[in-house]
Amino acid sequence: MAALLEVRDLKKYFKTGGGMLHAVDGVSFSLDQGKTLGVVGESGCGKSTLGRTILHLCDVTSGQIFFEGEDITYPTRKQLHRLRENMQIIFQDPFSSLNPRMSVSEAIMEPLILRGGMTKADMLAETRRLMDTVGLAARFENAYPHELDGGRRQRIGIARALSLKPKFIVCDEPVSALDVSIQAQIINLMLDLQEERGLAYMFVTHDLSVVKYISDDIMVMYLGQMVEKAPADELFNDTRHPYTKALLSAIPIPNIHNKKKRILLQGEITSPINPKPGCRFMARCRYASPECAEPQVLEEYAPNHYVACWKHKSIS
Amino acid sequence: MEKKHKQSRFKDVWRQLRKNKLAVVALVVLVLLLLVAIFGPLIAPYPYAQQNPRASYAGSSAEHWLGTDKLGRDILSRLIVGARYSLEMGVIAVAIASAIGITIGAIAGFYGRWVDNLCMRLLDIYQAVPMLLLAITLAAILGPSLRNAIIALGIGMVPSFARLMRASVLTVREKEYVEAARAINASDARIIAKHIVPNAMAPIMVEITMGVGSCILAGAALSFIGLGVQPPTPEWGSMIAEARDVMREHPTLALYPGICVMISVLACNLLGDGLRDALDPRLKN
Repeated sequence: MAALLEVRDLKKYFKTGGGMLHAVDGVSFSLDQGKTLGVVGESGCGKSTLGRTILHLCDVTSGQIFFEGEDITYPTRKQLHRLRENMQIIFQDPFSSLNPRMSVSEAIMEPLILRGGMTKADMLAETRRLMDTVGLAARFENAYPHELDGGRRQRIGIARALSLKPKFIVCDEPVSALDVSIQAQIINLMLDLQEERGLAYMFVTHDLSVVKYISDDIMVMYLGQMVEKAPADELFNDTRHPYTKALLSAIPIPNIHNKKKRILLQGEITSPINPKPGCRFMARCRYASPECAEPQVLEEYAPNHYVACWKHKSIS
Repeated sequence: MEKKHKQSRFKDVWRQLRKNKLAVVALVVLVLLLLVAIFGPLIAPYPYAQQNPRASYAGSSAEHWLGTDKLGRDILSRLIVGARYSLEMGVIAVAIASAIGITIGAIAGFYGRWVDNLCMRLLDIYQAVPMLLLAITLAAILGPSLRNAIIALGIGMVPSFARLMRASVLTVREKEYVEAARAINASDARIIAKHIVPNAMAPIMVEITMGVGSCILAGAALSFIGLGVQPPTPEWGSMIAEARDVMREHPTLALYPGICVMISVLACNLLGDGLRDALDPRLKN
C-alpha cells in the first residue's frame, strides 16, 4: 500500500532583498495512516514552512508531494478543495489563530459551511458533537475566544481541524503556547483522536520531550535540511548526527544524580540566505573538518534511520 | 443568546467610553441634534418660512427667542429645521464615502502588489486636490442642490477612508486566523468580508464619527458659497451666507448658525476622540 503522504525532495525558497532564503531545502519523507512524524529543530529551521508548504498555504518551489498516491504538488483548484478536506492544520498560537469576532460555534461551524451540503440544523448538531469530542462544554457555544483560556481556545482549533474529517493533520507547535499542565491535556486529546480516527500527524515542535512521547518517527531539521530521521526510540538511543546529539543533550532530566554533559554549541546559526553547498552545521560542529564543505548525502545508517553526515560512523 | 454576546462586546466599548466625560457630553449633544433633526418641523415654534415684514431684524424676545432675520422669519425655528439638512449632509456623505473607501481600501490592502499600487497611486492623484476644492468643483459641475452637495462631499471624502482601511487591513491580513480561514477553503471574498473587514473596522469607526463633523462643516461651506442647499431652505451654512451682508448691524444672525455648526462639529470630534480611546485594545480591561 502506498503511503498516505509522501514528500520527495521538497524545496521552498523565499525571495528576499539579500538573495534566496532556503526555508525548506530538499526534504523527503513518507507518512503512513495513523502514524506520527515528529519534526524538530530550532527556531527558523523551516519546520513550520514545511508543514505550510505541504498544505499549500505557500507555493512549492520544487519537489513533489503525493497524497494517497496522487501527485498534488501543483493542484488544480478542485483538487485543492478536496485536499484541504483531507489535510488540516492546528496552529501554534490559539490567541491569534481564531478570529476574535467569531463565537466558538461560528468558528467550528465555518469549515462545514464552506464545504456545503448540510442543513443548518445538521451543522449545528455536528458542531455540538465536535465540541463534545474535543472536550468543550456546550455552555461555551456562544462565547468569544477572548473569554476563554489558551487550552480551551486550542480545543476550538482542534475541533475546526477535525470538522472536515481529515486523514492528515499538520500540528504546528500546537502546545508550545500553552501552560505545561494544559499541554498534557491537549496532547492526550490529540493522541485519543488519533487512535479513534486513524489520523496521521506531522507534529512540528521544538519540545523534545513531547516529540519523543507522541512520535513514531522523528525528523531533525537544521536550516531547511533534514539532518537525521529515525524511529523515535532509535533516535534517542543511537543518535548519529552531531546536531541531534547537541539537541538531545539539551533535554532537562529531572534527576539530580544524572549529571548529563550538555553539548553547548558555539557560534551563530549560519544564514539561510544563499547557503554554501556543504554541511550547514559545519560552522558550529565540533567534529567539523575541511571535508564537511562537500555536499552531504543522506545515508541509511540502519533500517529507516537516515543521517546526513559523512562522519556519522566515526562519531560515537 | 447570540444577541446577548454581540451586545457584550458593544458593552466593553461603552464602558470605556463612559469614563470619558467629554465624549459622553458629545454623545448626548449628538443624540439631541439627531432628535431635533428628525422632529424639527414639529418642535419649531414657527414655520421656518413664515415671514413677518413688521418684525424684521427683531432682537431676542419672548416671541422670538433668538430674534428674526430680514424677512422677519424666526431664527430659532430656522435653526431647528436646518439641523436636518446639516446632519443629512454629514451622515449621508460619510456613508457614501465609507462604503466606497472601505471597499477600495480592503481590496488594495488584501491583494497588495500591483492592485495596491494602482489604487494608491490613483488616490494620490485624487488627493493632490484638496477635499473641499474637489467638492466645490464637483458641486459646481453637478449643479447646486442638497443631493449634489452630498454626492460631492461623499466623493471628496473617499481617499481618507480608503487609506485608513488599507493600513488597517495590512495589519489584519498577517493574522494567523486569515491563514486558518484559507486552510479550510475560504474564498478571498469570504476572507475579506468575514475575517478581515470586521477586525479592521475600529479605526474606521473613529474616522466615520469625525468625518460626519468635517462633512457638516464642509457642507455648510458649500451652502455658504451657494453651491449647496438653496434658499429659502434654512441650512446653517446658507443662513450664515444670508446674514453676511448685515453682519455689522446684526451679528447674531450669523453667530447663531455658526455656533450650531461649531457645536455639532465639536461633538463629532470629541466623540471620535473618545471612541478612539475606547476601541484601543491596549486599554482593554
